[in-house]
Formats: sequence, C-alpha cells, structure tokens
Amino acid sequence: MDKLIVSPSPHTHGRESTQSIMRDVLIALTPAMVVSVLASGWSALILILVGVAACVLTEFLIGKYMLKRPVTICDLSAAVTGCLLALNLPPNAPWWLIVIGSVVAIGIAKMTFGGLGQNIFNPALVGRVFLLVSFPVLMTSWSDSGAFFGFADAFSGATPLGAIKEGLANGQTLSQLTADDLTLSQSLFFKMGGSTGELSACALLLGFIYLLCRRVIKATIPVTIICTVAVVSGIFHLADPDRFTGPLFNIFTGGLLLGAIFMATDYVTSPMTTKGQIIFAVGIGLITVFVRYFGSYPEGVSFAILIMNCTVPLLNKYCKPKRFGEVRK
Amino acid sequence: MTGTILFTIATLVALGLLFAVVLYFVAQKFKVEEDPRIGTVESILPGANCGGCGQAGCHAFAEGVVKAPSMDGFFCPVGGNPVMTKIAEALGRAVEEKAPMVAVVRCNGTLANRPRTNEYDGYASCKVMASLYAGDTGCKFGCLGKGDCEAVCKFDAIHVDPERGIAIVDEDKCTACGACTKACPKGIIELRAKGFKNRRVCVLCVNKDKGAVTRKACSAGCIGCGKCSKTCPFGAITVENNVAYIDFNVCKLCRKCVEVCPTHAINEFNFPPKPKIEEKPHEENV
Amino acid sequence: MKKTFRIGGVHPDDSKISAQCAIEIFPAVETAYVSMAQHLGAPATPVVAVGDKVKVGQVIAEPSGFISGFVHSPVSGTVKSVGPRADIAGNMVPHVEITVEGDEWMEDIDTSDTIVKDIPYTPEEIIEKVKKAGVVGLGGASFPTHVKLAPPKDKKAECLILNGTECEPFLTSDDRIMRERPQEILIGGAIMMKALGVTRGYVGIEENKPAAIASMTEAAKEFPQIEVVVLKKRYPQGGEKQLIDAVIRRQVPSGALPIDTGAVVQNVGTSLAVYEAVQKNKPLIDNVITVTGRCLPTQHNYKVRIGTPMSKILEVAGGVPEKAGKIISGGPMMGRAIANLDAATVKANGAILVLTPEETRRRPESACIRCGKCASACPMGLEPWLLNKLSRAGGLQDELEKERVYDCIECGCCSFTCPAGIPLLDMIRSSKAEVMKIMRSRPKK
Repeated sequence: MDKLIVSPSPHTHGRESTQSIMRDVLIALTPAMVVSVLASGWSALILILVGVAACVLTEFLIGKYMLKRPVTICDLSAAVTGCLLALNLPPNAPWWLIVIGSVVAIGIAKMTFGGLGQNIFNPALVGRVFLLVSFPVLMTSWSDSGAFFGFADAFSGATPLGAIKEGLANGQTLSQLTADDLTLSQSLFFKMGGSTGELSACALLLGFIYLLCRRVIKATIPVTIICTVAVVSGIFHLADPDRFTGPLFNIFTGGLLLGAIFMATDYVTSPMTTKGQIIFAVGIGLITVFVRYFGSYPEGVSFAILIMNCTVPLLNKYCKPKRFGEVRK
Repeated sequence: MTGTILFTIATLVALGLLFAVVLYFVAQKFKVEEDPRIGTVESILPGANCGGCGQAGCHAFAEGVVKAPSMDGFFCPVGGNPVMTKIAEALGRAVEEKAPMVAVVRCNGTLANRPRTNEYDGYASCKVMASLYAGDTGCKFGCLGKGDCEAVCKFDAIHVDPERGIAIVDEDKCTACGACTKACPKGIIELRAKGFKNRRVCVLCVNKDKGAVTRKACSAGCIGCGKCSKTCPFGAITVENNVAYIDFNVCKLCRKCVEVCPTHAINEFNFPPKPKIEEKPHEENV
Repeated sequence: MKKTFRIGGVHPDDSKISAQCAIEIFPAVETAYVSMAQHLGAPATPVVAVGDKVKVGQVIAEPSGFISGFVHSPVSGTVKSVGPRADIAGNMVPHVEITVEGDEWMEDIDTSDTIVKDIPYTPEEIIEKVKKAGVVGLGGASFPTHVKLAPPKDKKAECLILNGTECEPFLTSDDRIMRERPQEILIGGAIMMKALGVTRGYVGIEENKPAAIASMTEAAKEFPQIEVVVLKKRYPQGGEKQLIDAVIRRQVPSGALPIDTGAVVQNVGTSLAVYEAVQKNKPLIDNVITVTGRCLPTQHNYKVRIGTPMSKILEVAGGVPEKAGKIISGGPMMGRAIANLDAATVKANGAILVLTPEETRRRPESACIRCGKCASACPMGLEPWLLNKLSRAGGLQDELEKERVYDCIECGCCSFTCPAGIPLLDMIRSSKAEVMKIMRSRPKK
C-alpha cells in the first residue's frame, strides 16, 4: 500500500464539475442548433463550428502566451460561448464576422478580467453587441438560402421586431403591420426571421427543461424575466393596442427566450442568491420591454442583460441568503 | 454659430472659475494641519507599507517618529541604517546603528533528509496543515513546505524549493520585516543578525523530541546531545528541550560547533571554503 | 410529507453497505491503550500507576475540570505504562497502557442481558451516575453527557430528541443498535427525560433505515411519551441544529446553544450508554464501530472496547487492502483522516472507513464560477464562497465575524458541492478557529 492520504474533511465529492455543467449547457443548446441548421442550411453549422473554434483558440492563445497560465479550455466554457454567439448571429453571416465576435467575446469580455469566473459581462452578449454596433447591416438582415426540407418561406429583410419598429416610426399602426404576420404556432415551430437561435421557441424550451432536470439552473431567472415581460407588455398593450405589441409576441420574438434561458442564467454574471436573481430578472424584463417600445434599437434583451450584469456585484453584496436562526417559530 | 461657441466658452469659463473659488475656500476650511516634518520623513522612507516596523504603514511610522521625543523604538527594517540616519538628520536627532538582520528558516528537513510518511491532499496552506495533524513526516516541528511564508513576503525573498520541500531565504532580498516569522505556524523562522561579512552560524532544527525520535524522523535533526554546547568556547550555545540554540549576539563565528555536530544540524553561511577537503553534506549557501 | 431541516443540505450516496451486518463482539486484545483525551475539554488525570492491577470498569482517570470526564479501564490486567502516545493525527496525548489478563469485571456491574425498565432514581442521582460512568456524546463530539443533562438554571429544557438519523454515508452502527437493542435505547431516553424534567421525547430516524424505524416504533409503543419521527434522507440531518429544526421546527439563533430552543439532543448510542450506566452500573468502555469501505472484502459492525489499536481492528477485519488510499475515523463528510494507524480507539469513534485513492483524492482546484451552489448547500445559510475568499486574503477577521463564520458547523456540504473543486471548508475552518479565539478573548460585557 502506498502512503496513506491525509486531508481535512470532507473526503468525498459530489458528481458535478465545471466541465460537466458546461457539457450540460451544450447538450441543452443542441435542439436549438439542430433547428437552426435545418432551417438555414449548412451556413448555420459552419457558423457554429467556426464560432466554437475561434473562441477556444482565443482562450488557448491568450491563456498560454499572454497570461502564461495553465490552459483552461478543457472546462468547455469557451465552447459554450462560441455556440451562444453563433446562435445570436444571422445564419448566413460571413465566417470572419463570428471570428471577430469570438475574439472580442473571449479576449476582451472574459480574459482581460482574469478568465473564467472573473468577468462582469456576459461574453457572448458583449461579442454580439460589439458586432451589432460595428456591422449593423450584416447583423440585421437575413436571407434564406440553403434551408433543408423547404422549411421557411424566403424571409429576407429585417426581423419582425425590426419591421415593426420601422413601421411604427413611419406612422403605421400595429394592426396594419401584423395583418399577414405570424401566428403563435408559427413562432413556436420555426417560422420567424430572426437570428439562428431565435428560430425555434420549442427547441429552446426543450433545452430549458433539460437544464432544470439536470439541476444546472433554477427556474427563477427565466420565469421571472418572461413573467415581467408578459405583465409589462400586457399592460402597455391593453392601454394602446395599436402602438404596443402584446405579451405573446414579445415573449416569442427576438432573443428573449434564448437570452432568458441561456444568457441571463450564466453563473458568472448573474447574482448568487434567489432574492438577487429575482431583482436581476425583473430588471432585465423591464429594460427589454422599454427598449423595444421606446428605444432606438428594435431588440432589447442583449442590452438589458448587459446593463443588469453591472448591478450584479451590488446585488451579491446586499442580497444575502436567509441565515439559519433568522426563521424562528 | 460663433455666438453658440462664444456662449459655450463663456459658460464653461464661468463654471470653472466658480468651482475654483468654491474649492479654494473648502480646502482652506477643511485643511488638516500636519507637521511638515512628517511629510519629509515619509518621503525618506521606502514606502513599502509592509508593517515590519510595527507601525500601521509608512505614514504612521513618520507620524510616530516625529511626535516621539527620541528615535528609540523606531526602526525601518526595509530601509535599514541608511534610511534611519537620513531621518535622524532631517529631525536633528541622534540615532544608534542597528545590526542588520535576516530571516533564517531553522529547518533542514529536506525531502532527502526527512522522508514523508503520508501524503497531504488538503489545501496548500501551512496553517491548515498544522491545525489538521502532526505533519506528513515523522517530525512534527519541521517546515511543512506549503508556502505561507512565501505568500506573505512582500519582497520576493523567501520561496519553497520544490526539490527540497522546505522554505529557503534569499538573503539579498530579505529586509527582515518579520512577516514570515509571524506567518509560520510552527515558529521555525527567526530573525537573526546578518553577521560580520554576512557570515553566520545557526542550528537548523527546532525539534523538541528526544534524540532517538528525532533521528528516526530526520537525518539532519538536532538530537540534543550537547556536544556543541560543550565545545563552544564562548558559551553561546544552550541545549533545552532536546534542541540546541545559538545566541547570535554571543557567537563569534569560530565554527567549532559545526565540526563536532554529529548530525550536521548546525550550518554555516557564507564562509569561504576551508582549505582541507571535508565532507559536509546538507550544507547550504556556502 | 416527511420532515426535514429548512435550509441547505446535500445528497451524497448512502453507501450503507454494512447495514445487514449484525453487531459482532470484537475479540480480546493483548494490550489496551486508553487515551486520557476521550472527551471535549481537558484530558482526564490518571489515578493509576505502573504495576497496578485493574478490572473492567475500574476508574483509571478522573475529570480535571468542569468540561471533563471519568475514564474507566476497558480490560482487566496490569498497568504497563502511563505516558504520551500518538493519536490518529500523530499528536502526543497521555495514555494508560494496560496488559490484558483475563476479563474480570468490577463487582457492582450487572453483566446480564436482562432489560431493566424501572427507573427508581432522582434526577440528581441519574446525573451523578452518568457522570461517574464517564458517558460522553457518541455522535462524534464527545461532549460530557452529564453536563448536557444539567443545563444552567436560566435555560429550560422542553423536550429530548434522540438522534437516530446517522446521516453520514457508510455508517451503520446506530442503525444496528436501533434494530438490535431498541428497548434499551428508549429506556435510556426515558432516564434522560427524567433527569431533564421533560415530558416529551422524539427519536429522529432517516427514511433509509426502514428496519430500524420498524423496530423502534414497535418498542416505542411502551413509551407513550416518546415519538418516533421519520425524516427525509438528507445530509446533515443529524447535525444538532438541523435535527432540532427538522423535528420541532425551531432554529437555534446565531451564536446561541441548542438548549436555547428548549431541546436537548443526544445520539441513540449515548442513550444506550446512559441505560447501561444507570441501570447496569456499567461505565462507558465500549462502542459499536462500523468497519467498512468498498475495497474491503467484508463489512463489519464490531463492538470494540476502547483502547484498541485501529491497525488491530483492520487486521481482524481482513487486513488493509493493497489499494487503500485513505483511512478515515468516522464518515466521509466529517470524519478525520488517520495519519497514524496504530492509534487506539476512543469512546466516540464510530467508524473506520477505507477509501481508495480514486474515491477520495481531491480533484485539482479551478476558478470559482460563481454558481452559488455552495451557498445553496450550506445548512447554516452562510456564503462559503465569500468566507473562503475573505479567509484566503488574510487579515479580514472582522469581516469574517460579520459574515458569521462562527456559525459554520463544518459539515462539508460546501466543499462537497463545489463544481470547481475548491476546498472551501479548509480555509473556512481555519478562520473560524481564529475568529472564535478573538471573540473568546474579548472581555465579557
């Protein structure tokens, strides 16, 4: 027998590891990725692969040669960022677009802060917003070549949100704009112009259920975001149905589901206590709705999450968990 | 167009002037009166804010030494005698020169001398390991080698050598601030006089177990035999609790104790090599 | 809806692979090494000298303080030496070494198996008998039981809770005594209730011990004042504060003692020892030890006399396997890793667990991903990620005190859960000791 091992307790460990959690996130993203490839063709697959490769390579190079630290790509967090970034881009975006996005996401939003666990902002969203601001045209138009199984009617041009914003600005009313628009079932089962990941609410919800079952995330943040969006947009829609889109439309368009399930729940950039998470999620919901209604951008989820990411250190400081001994009967 | 520019410039200038006046009066009203000598002394100090002097930082030291009647009790180990002389000059006082000190890790229980008897798999902290159990060797007094001293040193002067498994002091960088001596949970590190031409003799062992137990655990440990104490012509060595200790104020560096020590627990530092060839295993920094 | 505690907790694998092993009497040894540090508080003072002849149950050491206890000889024979010997951590502790000759017991001890039900003693007599028998808490803490049964005048006890949860994986000694000696445990409970002057008693048992639940429920029919409460399987259900929360829904306030909620908690093993002490005049000289581990060829629950070297126990159990990595005194969550296998057992030793390196070696630490799982798992509602960060920074004892590091019960849920493999408890335990030392050194207001 070799020498006895001695250490302080505990002497055993649970089954989860950073790698297993990231792997679960990748599995949860698979339905959405499959749907986007089916709906948009090989270009979507290439985008995902290039995104993952670019993120992993950036993390490897910066970690090894600039920071001179042990390499951390095996924890799969860079791969997750790559997938999320790919799902946030239009499916026919050129490959160099996502490479730039990956370098910004990993290099600037993650590694400059110190690597995994130290960043304040969600890296995939920083990459997306950077691309949105730098290449607005490329990021907001779609064409639908290469789809498998004839999935979509050719849908080039702006996203539904974009079209609505433009239309409202031009003085049209909602009822005119949504005349030949999508039914709920169509939104649920693929048919929307939107970035790759928005294409199927169903696939995203499948991923959500998987993450809940594997106890990777709790339902607090996604459910609170969706409820906040539903309630606030419901109120506005009731007040003025011609100017303000309704709750179902708001939930199923844009990146709301993708953002609520996969981006807002990112461990590093979200609060650690339930109380903090609720405040965080309400804030995201509110900002999303207000940007969509009153802001100059058609889509608000990315900005909402990034803005609320700033408040997370404060929320962690002031929202403490319930202590033992505080509840007394 | 020009009207707008002129108006903007005028407004900004007016605002600037207003704030300047307000700030001037506020600065005057809330001014903290401080003896200007404190600032002078602080600029002479090295500014490491290490706490080695026992004060809460360099500013506190400056304040303390200016307000005190004499220089007694104030010594900056990082700046040493040159800095203290400059401060004394600035304050118009006399100061005594102190012998420079250096930290010494009084343990030679390297991986070769002191075999490991179990494998420690906890967090790499000497404090955690010491409170858990008697250590991963047969000697429970020796250096644990997890680097609490290295972590706390601000001068990059002490490192755990991975090949030897114990902490080694770089005496060129050590300022004798004392941080490592406080961090070591075993109390192994001692501040000793640097010595004439940086030469010193030290017992590298603090093991209080009986000689037989010590010998079994470590081949370089002090067995408390007392040969050194009997040999020392100056009475500098005492043996208490099965371990020898050399008083560095009395030691005259004759090195007779080094020759007679049966386990080579007593080591000499920075002496020129002796003319005859002697086998001296476990020696450091010769 | 089964009861459980309200905050935190984790679900390690049960691994109750020794649950079907009935208690075996461990064979006699040649030499007993009885430690003087058998309890929390000051080590006892030996009252025997080299050459003295002793019988089983004879007093060989007396308490040396308020929180201290008697120690009795577990064997009969001659005292060979009185001096320091290494414990499981390698630290030297005073021991009395006795060479075993025969198995002669003190005359006043009733060694028969008859169950004595009547309790004709007053509360003061009970507490005195428990004290004289050297009974300590067998749940692991070794707190002298007679001190716990006599709370200070300003604290009123309202109920007794017997801890039969055995929430640590692998351990089954409490399970076995509940199956094999339920009546005696409950009589012990009744004795303690009389000493405390309470009329309500509970036995908390986790749902993964159906045979023990059945056995105790059946025996409790004769004890209407004691109720068997089935609890959900969750670690650390057996933690004193968590058990009180689960059974009577009261939480011990931060920094206070469990008696402040009116509950007194005792392990079922302690209850059995109290029965033997009061009804049979038998002092605490043995305990049931689970010897287990997946790499061991056979599992056992031995009844071992105190002072038996652990190496001897493993030898009788089949020897230390070649692939053993870590041997633990206790369970995998809160047990202590043994550095010195020749150390002798003490009263509160309840298990010897052998794990292979694959089962126990820590994974390399990686960056904290701020998942918050440690805070969700902490049964005391603390934030281990923050306590660990403050501890590693050094010098932040006042911040640590504000974050209530002194409330940590060292259960290990945080380190167990952390996906990044950060050894949270290592540093938290260290700063908890520092902060409590600072707090104790403050002058009392």
